[in-house]
Amino acid sequence: MITKVRPHLSPNERLLFERSSPGKVAYQLPKLDVPAVDPGSVLGSENVRADIEGFPEVSEVETIRHFTRLSLWNYAIDHGMYPLGSCSMKYNPRVNELVARIDGLAWAHPYQPERLAQGSMEVMARLEAALAEITGMDAVTLQPAAGAHGELTGILLIRALLEKRGNPRKKILIPDSAHGTNPATAVIAGYTVEPVRSTSAGMLDVAALEGIVDPDVAALMITNPNTLGVFEENIVCVAEILHAKGALVYMDGANMNALMGIARPGDFGVDALHLNLHKTFSTPHGGGGPGAGPVAVKKALEPFLPVPRLRRAGKKWAWDYQRKYSIGRVRAFYGNFGVFVRALAYILAHGGPGLRNVTLDAVLNANYIRKKLEAYFDLPYPAPNMHEVVFSDERQAQKGVRTGDLAKRLIDYGFHPYTVSFPLIVPGALMIEPTETESKHELDQFIDAMIAIAGEVERDPETVRAAPHGTRTSRADEVTAARKPVLRWKSA
Amino acid sequence: MSIYPKNFRYTREHEWVRVDGNTVTIGITDHAQQELGDIVFVDLPKTGTRVEQGGTLGSVESVKAVSDVYAPVSGEVIEINQALATAPEKLNADPHGEAWLVKMRLSATKELERLLSAADYQAYIGAEK
Amino acid sequence: MRYLPKSDFERREMLEACGVASSEDLFSHLPEAVRLKRPLDLPPGVSEYEIIQYFRDRAAENANGYTSFLGAGVYSHFRPVLVDTVVARGEFLTSYTPYQAEISQGTLTAIFEFQTMICQLTGMDVANASMYEGSTAMAEAALMAVRVTRKGRVLVARSVHPEYREVLGVYAKPQRIPVEEFGYLADAGALDAEDLESKMDDQTAAVIVQSPNFFGIVERVKEAAEIAHRYGALVILVFTEAVSLGILEPSADADIVAGELQSFAISPCYGGPYAGIIATRDKYVRQMPGRLVGQTTDTRGNRAFCLTLATREQHIRREKATSNICTNQALIALMATVFMTVYGRRGLRELAGQNLAKAHYLASRLKPRFCGKFFNEFVTSTGDKAAEAINKALLRKKIIGGLPLGRFYPELADSVLLCATEMSERADMDAVAEAFQ
Repeated sequence: MITKVRPHLSPNERLLFERSSPGKVAYQLPKLDVPAVDPGSVLGSENVRADIEGFPEVSEVETIRHFTRLSLWNYAIDHGMYPLGSCSMKYNPRVNELVARIDGLAWAHPYQPERLAQGSMEVMARLEAALAEITGMDAVTLQPAAGAHGELTGILLIRALLEKRGNPRKKILIPDSAHGTNPATAVIAGYTVEPVRSTSAGMLDVAALEGIVDPDVAALMITNPNTLGVFEENIVCVAEILHAKGALVYMDGANMNALMGIARPGDFGVDALHLNLHKTFSTPHGGGGPGAGPVAVKKALEPFLPVPRLRRAGKKWAWDYQRKYSIGRVRAFYGNFGVFVRALAYILAHGGPGLRNVTLDAVLNANYIRKKLEAYFDLPYPAPNMHEVVFSDERQAQKGVRTGDLAKRLIDYGFHPYTVSFPLIVPGALMIEPTETESKHELDQFIDAMIAIAGEVERDPETVRAAPHGTRTSRADEVTAARKPVLRWKSA
Repeated sequence: MSIYPKNFRYTREHEWVRVDGNTVTIGITDHAQQELGDIVFVDLPKTGTRVEQGGTLGSVESVKAVSDVYAPVSGEVIEINQALATAPEKLNADPHGEAWLVKMRLSATKELERLLSAADYQAYIGAEK
Repeated sequence: MRYLPKSDFERREMLEACGVASSEDLFSHLPEAVRLKRPLDLPPGVSEYEIIQYFRDRAAENANGYTSFLGAGVYSHFRPVLVDTVVARGEFLTSYTPYQAEISQGTLTAIFEFQTMICQLTGMDVANASMYEGSTAMAEAALMAVRVTRKGRVLVARSVHPEYREVLGVYAKPQRIPVEEFGYLADAGALDAEDLESKMDDQTAAVIVQSPNFFGIVERVKEAAEIAHRYGALVILVFTEAVSLGILEPSADADIVAGELQSFAISPCYGGPYAGIIATRDKYVRQMPGRLVGQTTDTRGNRAFCLTLATREQHIRREKATSNICTNQALIALMATVFMTVYGRRGLRELAGQNLAKAHYLASRLKPRFCGKFFNEFVTSTGDKAAEAINKALLRKKIIGGLPLGRFYPELADSVLLCATEMSERADMDAVAEAFQ
């Protein structure tokens, strides 16, 4: 029975362009205190546009209603559990939003004089130091804008170090369980990708790895714990194999929520990793971004970090642009500063012991779900799991119900789906990551929903296959969307 | 009765080849279209493109998957099926007929010998399952 | 801890269900060698009150109560109150990428509106759901042009933002894409078409120009495009000052537009987060990076939106993807969407007009170095005085002056880049002008 939700009216709403009517406004500019100029004469009439055709014209009250109505069509963490594996959808503390909007921080221009930006620089320095301590690394750059951008930065750093040693090499090794960003990144960084198989225990195949690490291998890109939620227990040995051949170890830190205060990549052989501040450190996903993807490195890679670097000049912070071996900058300015404020606020709130408790609870929650659901869903890799657990739809598939259908049915029970069909090494994967910020009550409701759905699959698979039933929008026709793309509104 | 024409040759990459003198017509098999599901886009080479056997000819996309199309033989692309640009769904409806992908001028007839017969292909996809 | 919602009693119940005595036991499989055997060297957690105090103290160490004339890619524009009202809603703030269309129609609809408005502003057919920010959007646009043209060389104007050019170099290098620069005219401050022509060849994939350019000058896009197209290269048009789109005619000659939307109600915030965009012609959409939202119908026949053409992206095409981008800047793009809605068809033009008037007022009291037509930024020489001395004097009046250009352009060491927006007041502009006297 569905207990968490019951139907609720949600308003229809037209697009802005359909709401628009000529002459409506939602703005008022202050009176101009200088002479007006004729755009045609100062810009040249050929450069001046007559109109912004189709642009909306709506009033203030209609604007707020429009976006409020749209918002009601979204699910969000604030509504309930969001168990997307590898995404760490945890509670986003609201004080972080408040402090990120303090005028002196929010209105700081990146080119304002350094002596008038000391507060911002101190925030960055403190965050760098905290992330270095959490990861056990020697230096951190905050510049990358998101995880994939961090990956690119990290691989470029590795490339630069190897180039300096005389040969950038050709290949990056990537386990078959990796996030799609890993191979995409390797190629953008000028490398070819060689996949590494996982063992039946869901870990990297050390013997196979040993056989393929040759002088062409620049690095291994590993996720630890991996996307099965399994800790790579041979990681120290894996790192030794790479290092013995002059190659490096890059870690995708997407799953750092499983390790804080427990184990540090810097202590188990990792040379560089990125963190996703919008995962582990609670900054909001905002419907797809912004994130931030700081990269932490060992000493050997530090000279290559992007410019500028923070430098202590007496009692002040200064930007250092003169770094001979730097790979250059990976974006304009210094990074997603507003995200840094939120992440540092999160770290301050928890403190060292608190971050460890985050990991303890995150892993407890995932194990609790596993324990309660393993009688109902196939568990392809029985190794101990950390912060997430991956089931497969093998049993339900026999009734013609696939992971995507189970996920859609979960919506009717009032939950956002888990991650569907990933990692690729598990056919029909259900990848579940509860994070530490779910109460026992919410977890129990989720578990009950999953068990109820498993029962429905036996009795009434069609109901599950056609889900969701309770949403204002039913399954969208993605095939037509892709065959005949309509990517913007046009007037009829 | 089999849906795989006996006069076609097949590849392990789930393509079919119809030989007509020096010209071959190439498409994807019914099995391939079933595996992909609703096909939404077909990317084909320009005519005049020369490819080696096993080289990439183009790709076929569903909503959530992309499958490369490999050249079953070496040669030059002499014609592409323009209709698929606006109607990729034909690949789901008639993969062995109307929805052929490209025609090529064969450069080495011997390469055809490496391809599978209809019976061999069916045994192959049977075993794959 | 206030963000952990379990009581110790509940924890014990859960541990019991898991068949372990303590949470520590859940880690017993970790090899001894990887374990951290000491507490993290970070102070204990603090209260909400202390967090606010900490950041207020940091903010106090920054500029407070200053008027700024800095532009150079980051602009001080008024932020309508509705912007934060909308993005503070948990339904937008705390949702994930809208992969599950049935429960993400709010985000999807807003992105579709965003894509539409970006097309209306830029004159392009299709725009993506956002890139990280302007400089990476420009670099990704260059890689896109290389894929479209199957050529391997990129030319970029020196009048493009210097930091954007640096990023382009970093992206291009590992792919062995040569990037060369062409100059600007010493008198007009606009691109030097002759220099461009002399550097063109038929292996050039893209010519990159910015308008208004880094010096604030409305760039000679048409001239550059005529040359680029003659050699079969694409034209990438970059913008950093989005408010200019309210008044400048969109280019009919650009093949790809890559830009930065910071001006649309996105706080300067010491450099980010901002939102970049890429917009292009229909025929290049499959080579475009980034997420796209498309319109379709649901099984009941109602209009619905969903992410589409995802086969370009890394989670499907992996090493053959058009980009490795995954997380983008959705919430920031939503800020821009609300901003565009609030100002709308008339307001954006009026806002641009005020910027134009303010900058031209300030320029009328100084001598612009370049004779090219400019929007809300211009370069001026500091004459006999050092730029630093002028700025120091202005700081005493709580005014942050223009950006000294010597760091980026040695030949402009005696010049600063000044920006005036609708927030610049006449008295402050007069004070700036006086400091130059």
